[in-house]
Amino acid sequence: MLKNYDELSPVAIDCLREIGNIGSGSAANALSTMLGKNVIMRVPDVSVMDYQEVIDRMGGPEKVITGILVRLEGDIGGMIMFLLEDSFAKVVLSTFMQLENVSVMTLDATQLSVISEMGNIMAGSYLSALSQLTGLTIDMSVPSMTVDMLGAIMSVPIIEFAEVGDKVLFIDDGFVIDGVDIKSNIILIPEMASLATLMTKLGVM
Amino acid sequence: MGSFTVGISDLKVCKAPDVLVTYALGSCIGICMVDEATGIGGLSHIMLPDSTQSMSGKDMPMRFADTAVPMLINQLVAMGASRSRLRAKIAGGAVMFATASDRFNIGERNIEAVTNALRKENIPIIAKDVGLNYGRTVYFYPQTGIMEVKAAAKGTKQL
Repeated sequence: MLKNYDELSPVAIDCLREIGNIGSGSAANALSTMLGKNVIMRVPDVSVMDYQEVIDRMGGPEKVITGILVRLEGDIGGMIMFLLEDSFAKVVLSTFMQLENVSVMTLDATQLSVISEMGNIMAGSYLSALSQLTGLTIDMSVPSMTVDMLGAIMSVPIIEFAEVGDKVLFIDDGFVIDGVDIKSNIILIPEMASLATLMTKLGVM
Repeated sequence: MGSFTVGISDLKVCKAPDVLVTYALGSCIGICMVDEATGIGGLSHIMLPDSTQSMSGKDMPMRFADTAVPMLINQLVAMGASRSRLRAKIAGGAVMFATASDRFNIGERNIEAVTNALRKENIPIIAKDVGLNYGRTVYFYPQTGIMEVKAAAKGTKQL
């Protein structure tokens, strides 16, 4: 029985990378349809790392980012979190609302809901790709979004999964929309039992 | 003058003019405590309310409100602070995601647990900036007893 992410074999990591790939591809398609723009996807880099590494790698605890949190239920329990840099909000708002150079710290309710909806669609397409690939039923909660310090956003999974460990699956991917490079990081934290289910389904355990 | 960073589930004490900082508290709480007469102060960054509810309770006293508060007091007293002069200021305990996310309402429970733990030790809370829905960085200056709270959208305030 898998107890910790550290115990994942290289094959299992490859498998998760492939899931990341397919999920990101599907999210990129959804984005492209929504925005009516060509969206190019970069090949995601998937790794197992601890929270502190995630925070350091993304620019430190005080870096302001957009966080979208979705809870997973059904065959897979856990949490998925999208961490998006400013460029994402800027492209979305310039496409849908013709707003240029907005500051993510001063968005009004409508602007926030537009970004949240984009996150919703990305999360949904990501999870449906995962669901189709594995045949598992994955239900997701309504996504919840905030724009704040990275460390404060990360404290949510850190606290909730404190008993499980300090490791997460970190998917570093990104999109290029209209020549703008958009970094998007996804943190996937399945409950350990769910991770085992996932690996069994994929035939790597 | 030195500046020391207190991590998550971490606790540090120092003597003025040294400064303590803990970054980006979400639903965690920063507990600042000082004996201003000696300038001996400390900062604890707790993550969860109750060690007795956790498997890691015994191994990680700095993680929980109920165990970190007495530990902070002991370290301050060991450094030469007067227990009866200790005063506390607290910040954090936010709910970072409004909907369907903070089902355990950890922020609120942390505030309550820290308040109770301090009351139990007879340490008065003389200032606080808690709750709501945003992250906070805390700088604590034992020299003046000032707790400086910085938030991404709200700027900085001194308490």
